[in-house]
Amino acid sequence: MTGDALLTVDRLRIDLAFGGTRYPAVKDVSFTIGAGETLGLVGESGCGKSITALALIGLLRRPLGIGGGRILFKGREIQNLPEAEMRKLRGNRISMIFQEPMTALNPLSPIGRQIAEMFVLHQGATWHEAERRAVDALASVRVPAPDRRVKDYPHQLSGGMRQRVMIAIALACDPDLLLADEPTTALDVTVQAEILELIRERSAAQGTAVLMISHDLGLIANMCARVGVMYAGRLVEQRAAEEVFRSPSHPYTSGLVASLPLLGARARDGQHRLKEIPGVVPAVTAFPAGCRFNPRCQARTEICVEVDPEETPLPHGGLVRCHHHG
Amino acid sequence: MKVRTNLLIGGTLFALVVAAGVLAPWLAHTDPIMDANLMNAELPPDHEFWFGTDGQGRDIYSRVLHGARISLTVGIVSQLINSVIGVCLGLSAGYWGGWWDDVVNGLTNLMLAVPSLVFALAIMAILSPGLTSLLIALGLTNWSYTCRLSRASTLSLKSLGYVQAAKMLGYGDVRIMATQILPNILGPIIVIGTLGMGGAVLAEASLSFLGLGIRPPSPSWGSMLSDARDQITTAPWISIFPGLAIFTTVLGLNLLGDGLRDILDPQSRARRA
Repeated sequence: MTGDALLTVDRLRIDLAFGGTRYPAVKDVSFTIGAGETLGLVGESGCGKSITALALIGLLRRPLGIGGGRILFKGREIQNLPEAEMRKLRGNRISMIFQEPMTALNPLSPIGRQIAEMFVLHQGATWHEAERRAVDALASVRVPAPDRRVKDYPHQLSGGMRQRVMIAIALACDPDLLLADEPTTALDVTVQAEILELIRERSAAQGTAVLMISHDLGLIANMCARVGVMYAGRLVEQRAAEEVFRSPSHPYTSGLVASLPLLGARARDGQHRLKEIPGVVPAVTAFPAGCRFNPRCQARTEICVEVDPEETPLPHGGLVRCHHHG
Repeated sequence: MKVRTNLLIGGTLFALVVAAGVLAPWLAHTDPIMDANLMNAELPPDHEFWFGTDGQGRDIYSRVLHGARISLTVGIVSQLINSVIGVCLGLSAGYWGGWWDDVVNGLTNLMLAVPSLVFALAIMAILSPGLTSLLIALGLTNWSYTCRLSRASTLSLKSLGYVQAAKMLGYGDVRIMATQILPNILGPIIVIGTLGMGGAVLAEASLSFLGLGIRPPSPSWGSMLSDARDQITTAPWISIFPGLAIFTTVLGLNLLGDGLRDILDPQSRARRA
């Protein structure tokens, strides 16, 4: 996992510049993704998942900026690459699919052309050849009648179909890493399952590693071998997916798992109310001292308010950032 | 489908003027410059000289037809220059922002503060009168509306999903502007361009009328009007027909622009529905 890691993120810090002060929106986030591996990042809205992904492809915009740490992609530091170099990686070696399939396609361009543009852009293909390969790309994401569909405009497609097109675009150049930022949030549940299956199938077929970002624990458990749980800009727990659900170590993870609605079992036991984690995620400018979760934590003691916990290895593998883990 | 009256009328008028300009050598009865004959001077309209003759005995019908060529050339070319300048400046300013945006905004405000005809007059006074100088003068002075419009549209498009997506997929800035933003802001720019074309035709006539545009022997509507103003009481047809030609062209272009806006602008489409 260390030697041949595809992507290594080492103590990444993302600063938010606000009123002359730099607030660490994301702090000391470290993880690795091996070639072909799938890592999930879960957490509430505003916990820093998406900006972490943006940092990986060098697209943080003011007032956000990388404040420290290293990002190694295939052994090469990419956090300070010049824009022209970074552009060669984007969409080509590191690709991305997004939450909003409704707006992520250019409404005035046929979808075949939008796929073809990736071949022209990154592989120097001629338009003629690229348009031909676009049909294959569309077929690979199981869009029916791809040779006719390439001429369709985005408004002629359903949300699920559009997300398939986005996947075809993102995977057109056989990237090494796919960043999937809430890829199914805007879709309805049956389509969700198809899209996830498609991502899994294509990434397996092409050997693409996936960083799956979601607030949906179930989805992450389904898709990913390993899971990182983020809270308020920190990676609080990082373990194998099953472990996280069977025996969550961090109080925040326990809270998340406990707040999952379960059909059947719990309902039978007479638990009709969903568990919740009291309180809200603090604003970036008002992170508490010590452990960032301490104001909402039920296991809080004095040390939690005073000392920021370090990442601690867990006995059965994985890392946790809590004074009272276990 | 509802008949779009203004589009239809405007399109017809404009098409008529274009046809007149294109077919002028075949439709004209005489050479517009050379066939002066003082024996025929200031004849009222009749079966031989449909629009009458001017002070030098030239056939006004032929001169008006040939005048369409000059007016349309000036209108189309100068507005194209304006549109290209306006789109390049506005799109890049909206997209990149920062100091470049400030510079472009300052320039635009400067252009808006000085009436474009006055600006064009100044440029014409420096350059010598003639078609090329006219194209330069009118092409450099009326891009501010296009610029404002493309900047504003770019700002609102910039944050949209597909523009962001293109960025994440490794598109360069210029490619994003050309393939993602430009096609999506083209509608209103075409509308402004059409209206601007009418303005340019009018500006050409004004400059020629003032003697700073097309040199007299060439049949420009403006200079024809200028020549005819002394005879307006004694031989009104000399000024009426070039005036009507200007009126038809500008009216046609304005109606066409309005009609195009109804089709291309989603907001006015929504209002009507």
